[in-house]
Amino acid sequence: MSYTNPLRDPQDRRLPQIAGPCGLVLFGVTGDLSRKKVMPAIYDLANRGLLPPGFSLVGFARRDWADQDFAQIVHDSVKAYARTEFREEVWHQLAEGFRFVPGNFDDDDAFRHLHRTIEELDQVRGTDGNHAFYLAIPPGFFGDVVGQLKEHGLADPGPGSWRRVVVEKPFGHDLESARELNTVLADVFPSGSIFRIDHYLGKETVQNILAMRFANAMFEPIWNANYVDHVQITMAEDVGIGGRDGYYDGIGAPRDVIQNHLLQLMSLVAMEEPTSFDAESLRIEKQKVLSSVVLPRRLDLSTARGQYAAGWAGGEKVIGFLEEEGIKQSSTTETFAAVTLNIASRRWAGVPFYLRTGKRLGRRVTEVAVVFKRAPHQPFSATSTEELTQNALVIRVQPDEGMTVRFGSKVPGTAMEIRDVNMDFAYGGSFTESSPEAYERLILDMLLGDPPLFPQHEEVELSWKILDPILDHWAAKGKPEAYGSGTWGPQSADAMLSRDGRVWRRP
Amino acid sequence: MIELTETNSAAIATEFVRARTRAGSPAMGMVMTLVIVVPEDGAEDAMAVARGASHEHPARVLGVILGDARGAGVVNAQVGIGSGWAGETGLIRLKGEVVKHAESVVLPLLLPDSPVAIWWPSDPPDDPAADPLGALAQRRITDAAGATRGKGRAIQKQCSFYIKGNTDLAWTRITPWRALLAAALDQHHLKVISASVTAERISPSADLLAAWLGGRLRVDVERKSSRGPGITQVVMETKEGPISISRTDGRLATYASPGHPDRPIALKRRDTAELLSEELRRLDEDDIYATTARRLARQLASA
Repeated sequence: MSYTNPLRDPQDRRLPQIAGPCGLVLFGVTGDLSRKKVMPAIYDLANRGLLPPGFSLVGFARRDWADQDFAQIVHDSVKAYARTEFREEVWHQLAEGFRFVPGNFDDDDAFRHLHRTIEELDQVRGTDGNHAFYLAIPPGFFGDVVGQLKEHGLADPGPGSWRRVVVEKPFGHDLESARELNTVLADVFPSGSIFRIDHYLGKETVQNILAMRFANAMFEPIWNANYVDHVQITMAEDVGIGGRDGYYDGIGAPRDVIQNHLLQLMSLVAMEEPTSFDAESLRIEKQKVLSSVVLPRRLDLSTARGQYAAGWAGGEKVIGFLEEEGIKQSSTTETFAAVTLNIASRRWAGVPFYLRTGKRLGRRVTEVAVVFKRAPHQPFSATSTEELTQNALVIRVQPDEGMTVRFGSKVPGTAMEIRDVNMDFAYGGSFTESSPEAYERLILDMLLGDPPLFPQHEEVELSWKILDPILDHWAAKGKPEAYGSGTWGPQSADAMLSRDGRVWRRP
Repeated sequence: MIELTETNSAAIATEFVRARTRAGSPAMGMVMTLVIVVPEDGAEDAMAVARGASHEHPARVLGVILGDARGAGVVNAQVGIGSGWAGETGLIRLKGEVVKHAESVVLPLLLPDSPVAIWWPSDPPDDPAADPLGALAQRRITDAAGATRGKGRAIQKQCSFYIKGNTDLAWTRITPWRALLAAALDQHHLKVISASVTAERISPSADLLAAWLGGRLRVDVERKSSRGPGITQVVMETKEGPISISRTDGRLATYASPGHPDRPIALKRRDTAELLSEELRRLDEDDIYATTARRLARQLASA
């Protein structure tokens, strides 16, 4: 029996999709992720009228709190981090649905309490048995928590309702552990109910990569090996590991960033046109890219790794990685990693993709630079084009979202002299200055059960298959090369490109 | 703000470029031109609202104040670029003969290629599309609730002169109501047998909401009066009981549906800048409004 809502019409694009009745159970209430991202995003969604009446938020943590204490935590985090203004009536709508369940992850009583709480919410708030479990906790505890959810019948949706689980990166630390993690989750939840959050994919600019490529006529014809010389994908942070020591040591830049964000960015830039914009078609195309990645034969010549040393970054004196609290002197964890990847396809054969990421680099920036080949013939004399480099199209993901096109232009004057100029499109200039936070988009999509922006475990495993040989190679090489804080990484990274006759763009 | 007296469009256009260059960048990220036709006493507020809205849609905002049409034509203007946002504003005061040829002043100032929207914050022409300034725009935004003359009939006029590109803020105001009502039927797959909309006696928004519900649900929708503010209640009767949204304070509503507990839901009346932002978000034809406006016009004409 199919029902068409008479008030909905595909033409009626003013009407936003509001999530159906549901609730969210948040594990790891006190962490940064919960306080700085998840809670503010929930408030912002409510403020934009996108959460259903009766939406409920249950906190679960090892604290001796009552519901009001939890509400206070949410209140503080919303006040401090929400994007939209604080409004009493929105708060009132949300606040009646706050519950707190104290307990450990191995505490059966606590999960029985959680079960009762959810049933109570279905009664008094009308959440209709639809609940999402957000695991904002270290992955080491995923097994305990989903095991408990299963044991206490929390993972089984009743008829006509759903249960979902949300996890954050890291999705393992190599192929094997990623598979283990997936087994743990898949044991309890069907794959369509597992939502892996890669917050980069929720960013407007990242989604805009697809819009730019596939909605326009002028980019796609040159988006191939005939015109593109190489692609540089950079994600640089200006901060050190401050505070994340326990997590970061042994993980490092490649596992933390390349495996998820950079490889996802690369697959969006490199993929073929999907048959439609739904989850399945996008996944097929992304998987095709990831499975056609080929590593260069000589990993020692085509990769670079580093560790930041003490120095001056942006006018501040900073300590090196090895002096950070909780890091062993002998640590071989990379804080900088650069890799060369080839994609074996007709479109990309011979076009290297250079991926780099690091901490304590020159500035905080994430961008994709597509660098084009030089014009095959210059009718101008060599001297007039001396200052002309290669054309480039740069997609700036953050900050200062937008796009830059770099091309040559005549310098005013009587002589013919050609120099590089930039043409800028600033996302913030042409559209809303307050575009929704990635988490708002992702949490709403998850509640709506709309998965295009969530990586599936196949993609996660393919990414590890790409990265594992590099990690093994590095593990055998001892200490990474030191680089000065506030610079653009170690010597070896520059050497890696100059071997190919190229240079890194200064982002 | 630069004052230009006894000027013309070319001088105003030059001043826009000069102001940008002075600010350090002649690049333009603007996506549209927004023309506001406004009386002198409402100009300041309207320009402020437009600046608010153009945070989301950076625009060249041209305020046009039509003065007394007698005597020799004079064009005076204040031109400036915003600090802190990507748009530009020009407030143009017309007096004398040129008042009847306002479009000749505005046309040269429209941004190349980008769409043009026009907004009458108070009294719009009866047929906005036939207005010489209105004819320059793809989107003509009126506000039946802002009419100072003939308040009760303002929406009827707008609806009967509806043509592609026209829209009224009275329609924009009810988007959150419509979203909630649609969401209610997403959850309750029930057939609605009758409905009612309760609001202030004169409420173009309530009339549109009733017409929309009637058209979509194919039922008679009763229009009831209350003391407001704005719309206070919408009820959809079903076999299992009523689905209702009631809001008495213009901020927080109560949502009631069969088999579920009553729940509070934020449903604040939005300010004009938010309405204008929503209106500028899409500049293609709003088919749903078209259908609703025609239906309301028919109903009012036969009443």
